[in-house]
Amino acid sequence: MLEIRDLHAAAGDRQILNGINLTVNAGEVHAIMGPNGSGKSTLAGVLAGRDGLEVTAGTVTFKGQDLLDLEPEERAREGLFLAFQYPVEIPGVNNAYLLKAGLNEVRKHRGEPELDAMDFMTLIRERMKLLEMDDTLLSRPVNEGFSGGEKKRNEIFQMAVLEPTLAILDETDSGLDIDALKTVAGGVNALRDPARSMVVVTHYQRLLNYIVPDFVHVLSGGRIVKSGGKELALELEEKGYGWIETEPAAASA
Amino acid sequence: MSTATQTIEDLAKQEYKYGFVTDVETETIPVGLSEDVVRLISSKKEEPEWLLESRLTAFRIWSKMAEPEWHNVHYKPIDYQAISYYAAPKKQVKLDSLDDVDPEVRATFDKLGISLDEQKRLSGVAVDAVFDSVSVATTFKDTLANLGIIFCSFSEAVREHPELVRQYLGSVVPHSDNFFAALNAAVFSDGSFAYIPKGVKCPMELSTYFRINAANTGQFERTLLVADEGAEVSYLEGCTAPQRDENQLHAAVVELVALDNATIKYSTVQNWYPGDENGKGGIFNFVTKRGKAFTNAKVTWTQVETGSAITWKYPSCILQGDNSVGEFYSVAVTNNCQQADTGTKMIHLGKNTRSTIISKGISAGKGQNTYRGLVRIGKGARGARNFSQCDSLLIGDRCGAHTFPYLEVKNTSSQVEHEASTSKIGEDQIFYCRQRGLSTEDAVNLIVNGFCKEVFRELPMEFAVEAQKLLGISLEGSVG
Repeated sequence: MLEIRDLHAAAGDRQILNGINLTVNAGEVHAIMGPNGSGKSTLAGVLAGRDGLEVTAGTVTFKGQDLLDLEPEERAREGLFLAFQYPVEIPGVNNAYLLKAGLNEVRKHRGEPELDAMDFMTLIRERMKLLEMDDTLLSRPVNEGFSGGEKKRNEIFQMAVLEPTLAILDETDSGLDIDALKTVAGGVNALRDPARSMVVVTHYQRLLNYIVPDFVHVLSGGRIVKSGGKELALELEEKGYGWIETEPAAASA
Repeated sequence: MSTATQTIEDLAKQEYKYGFVTDVETETIPVGLSEDVVRLISSKKEEPEWLLESRLTAFRIWSKMAEPEWHNVHYKPIDYQAISYYAAPKKQVKLDSLDDVDPEVRATFDKLGISLDEQKRLSGVAVDAVFDSVSVATTFKDTLANLGIIFCSFSEAVREHPELVRQYLGSVVPHSDNFFAALNAAVFSDGSFAYIPKGVKCPMELSTYFRINAANTGQFERTLLVADEGAEVSYLEGCTAPQRDENQLHAAVVELVALDNATIKYSTVQNWYPGDENGKGGIFNFVTKRGKAFTNAKVTWTQVETGSAITWKYPSCILQGDNSVGEFYSVAVTNNCQQADTGTKMIHLGKNTRSTIISKGISAGKGQNTYRGLVRIGKGARGARNFSQCDSLLIGDRCGAHTFPYLEVKNTSSQVEHEASTSKIGEDQIFYCRQRGLSTEDAVNLIVNGFCKEVFRELPMEFAVEAQKLLGISLEGSVG
């Protein structure tokens, strides 16, 4: 599914990723943890193709293709989805309309017929139930005036509609209270599938109580310094990141 | 170079789709403007004496006027003696039926998607097609005549309905109104005329399509629309011009008269040639549009301005009668080197008059976009209300948006509200859309259309679709 080899990336003059190695197979859920500034969001941004991040070395292969060679929209159409840490507000653009446009681009790319308004509405009403979303969020402008929780819910809702093969969740837990966290995690879990992989980027362990990962990696100084099973997250919770940072760099997964 | 910048550069090279020239024999009078030229135009059109007198009065007024300089657009002085004031396709002697239209001219309109063939038209839109200075065809005339509706070229109206023309011509925009209106009143060549009789609701959209073809000519058309008491009409106007390196002047006047309880909705999609990306060529569009609303009448202007090197127009409403309503919905786009200074005037005279102004300015490239609006509430306009909203959207960092609202309120029982905003299409918004699978161009279109939707929903259905497409074309390659 996803093969990251010796990935180095910089934002302007600042080198942020210093040789990431990671393999994600179909159906696996990987958690990427790490202290602030360790490069978690940069990694998510590089995978999605965010402007302003420059890959200085290394390769990323996604479903056998050179991911870095694809435009952001081509990556999306290939099934890579990024749930944003800070979902962007787009005034005047109807939430459902953007989603329909995106879905139909993905479907076109897959050689499937575009959905008309009726079929689309049927689909999204069904997917909305997963996230216990308020109907009115559909007709409102994208993320405009949404609460923090509504924005994050909307991200996972979009994921449920777009049905990606690789979902990257960037700090999806930030800004959520415990009830919203449970709902969002419930939505994510419902989307777990042997054909779908997830990379869950988070600072805190608490999200991983609800979205239980197959693997946990700790990022520090732009490298994966430790990898393990879900129990690693608990260990981190107990000991803090200081414990890892003092250890020598570990081999990657 | 980022990929977005590359997309721009590719797309900026995209050509103006309507820039072709039709090879048709044209009769053009020599360049220059004088009383003799005014007399020549009038005699070519076989006009009655009163109209010639009206033209000469206008010419004399114009001769003493100075070109306005208060606007926020910049251009090299126009040499009014270097323009030809009359051009017409030669083979147009007397048109008795649509079959008499010159095949070349007919083909031109076909190419523009304006079919003059009534049978082929699916939608119920009657079209008056103006090619260079003359009206070449008006469709659905007979259908409309059965309801007593007059819809014809201005010249024909002068011949067939002189009393109506004489009564209303200049009643909303007097000759002395402004420099360009005076020029138009002196040399106008043709245009459209419509009269909707008392209580009649016009069953189809009326439409005029203007095409400038000949080189070195100005186009000065005159449109006069009268909705008698209780009548209703929706009117559409579209325009294109060939791509030429020199600037061409277009100075039109549109007058709307909405008598008691009448409703006029006037929609424009303006797509004159905007010049190339370096600002060479393009139409100078100096237009005066105004409507007068009598008791309980309503005048609505909706405009989508995407073309022209320079746009200078302020479709306005004189709310003369009590309870009359004026509305102005505008999207103005400036890309590359285009400049627009546009807005409206709402003159409240009657009691309880209401007006709404929604203006959306979009600037891209090096485009400069100015909203200029006046809301004047007279002493007698007790209980008058106005709501204005002016939003500007910037694409890139070399363009500009300017807003000049003027408010004059002369009584204490009125209410005036003004809201304004300026925003920029953010890279993060575009990235967000691309991450959901949309191309950069589609993302920009989506955001821009979202920005304009309050205006687009005021347009007749078919026009709204065209406007959206046009906006897409105008902004192609604008993101960097």
